[in-house]
Amino acid sequence: MRSRRQFLKDLAGGAAVVGSGAFLPSLARAANTPAVGPAGLPAGTLETSFLEALPGKRPLIKRTYRPPNFETPLEFFEQVFTPNDAFFVRYHLARIPEVTAAQWKLDVAGDSVEKPFTLDLAALKKDFEQVEIPAVLQCSGNRRGLSDPHVAGVEWGIGAMGNARWKGVRLKDILAKAGLKKEAVEVVFNGADQAPLDSTPDFVKSLPVWKANDENTLIAWQMNGAPLPHWNGAPARLVVPGWTGTYWMKHLVSVQAVSQPLKNFWMAGAYRIPKGKFPIVDRFLTQETEANTPITEMVVNSLLTGPREGQIVHVGEPVEVRGIAWDNGAGIAGVEVSADEGRTWQPATLDQDMGRFSFRGFRHSFKASAPGDMTLLGKATNRQGATQVSDLIFNPAGYHNNVVSRVKVRVA
Amino acid sequence: MTALIALVLLATPASKYPDENRVQLKDGPDKALVLGRCAACHSQDYIPMNSPFLDRKGWEAEVNKMVKSYGAPIEPDEVAKIVDYLATNYGKK
Repeated sequence: MRSRRQFLKDLAGGAAVVGSGAFLPSLARAANTPAVGPAGLPAGTLETSFLEALPGKRPLIKRTYRPPNFETPLEFFEQVFTPNDAFFVRYHLARIPEVTAAQWKLDVAGDSVEKPFTLDLAALKKDFEQVEIPAVLQCSGNRRGLSDPHVAGVEWGIGAMGNARWKGVRLKDILAKAGLKKEAVEVVFNGADQAPLDSTPDFVKSLPVWKANDENTLIAWQMNGAPLPHWNGAPARLVVPGWTGTYWMKHLVSVQAVSQPLKNFWMAGAYRIPKGKFPIVDRFLTQETEANTPITEMVVNSLLTGPREGQIVHVGEPVEVRGIAWDNGAGIAGVEVSADEGRTWQPATLDQDMGRFSFRGFRHSFKASAPGDMTLLGKATNRQGATQVSDLIFNPAGYHNNVVSRVKVRVA
Repeated sequence: MTALIALVLLATPASKYPDENRVQLKDGPDKALVLGRCAACHSQDYIPMNSPFLDRKGWEAEVNKMVKSYGAPIEPDEVAKIVDYLATNYGKK
């Protein structure tokens, strides 16, 4: 086996002869697509984003240092599962304690349980059935930075998401042990992270009881076969397959079943979408108002991972369009690819199905017929018939951007 | 070359927290006030990241959100100064 030093030396030698366009495709980027891109992000975002590494993580795209908001670069989405040390990091509040496995305790309580109890990590692993589910974790605000017009917030590109195998216990088993009363309407979750100032509302979220009791909703202590990284919620976090990341409470320390809807800033003020604009199936009725509703499930979406923006392809040679697709857990029914601005669409071949909550890989080969710029489009459809939109559905918080995926290549 | 450096970096997980002072606010009147009121809770990069697309009204809404929703300890007479700094240095032109 070659040493790492030799490997790097070989790479450096390769770099010296670049220019033919035949070098590693992931490095052959157009100048207008920075590593911290995509180019549609606000200018100030691009100027202040860098590839930087949090302890234990590989360099990711730093959007903000404190609290840490770090995005997974595009190349990691060439694989269907996202490595733990490349998995994106998102926090609202900057006091983030390192909770050790030995210290960790979970309080299960609330006015709507019969028998409150506390459990430690050993009991979590031993006393309940262990299940593993592949599922996409996507920040509600993924792609916010591509909103047109731009809206305030963390200006994410495409990488505030990842796919992992989550192992842990069903939340419904925990709630059953505590004895859920029939008056329970929501289950409330708190993590160990806190705001630097007491005047800031703590990040506390709730789920409707029906979703808390869904057999896929987990308290996970393992991710891709390893303990959760600190920055992804160690020692245990909530996993809510199909729903956006805001509900996936990290460093989970408290679960409370309650008879009244949670009314805090994070439920009533933030993470809300206008009613009627999106084809949403899952409702969160105790939190709805006349005008808006909490964000719930993800919308069907896709990402083209190859070829890359600006890459050169050749007339008559096969080009493989590749990417990933995901949705609310209904499952991806198909992905179509277009090379003529959507006038005609060709069905892509779907890769192995890793589970309905997982990324689904796809690929489609074609030959470019004439030189010039060529735009490739990707459009996923799920088993409920929902599909990606042609035009952005603008909303004030920049959620649910599932505009048809697009990459421009040059045919030579 | 940048891409090569990035690739080398990708090979090694870090052990130290990165230095947030890599992003510094622009110099201007009331920069010290802005740092004093905002930086207790978040790094400075939140501001340039959200630029240059907010006009004065947009920045005012952000500052008010920080006070009302996030409990930022900003006195009423400081709001206008902070909004001035943000609109002047990071506002939509």
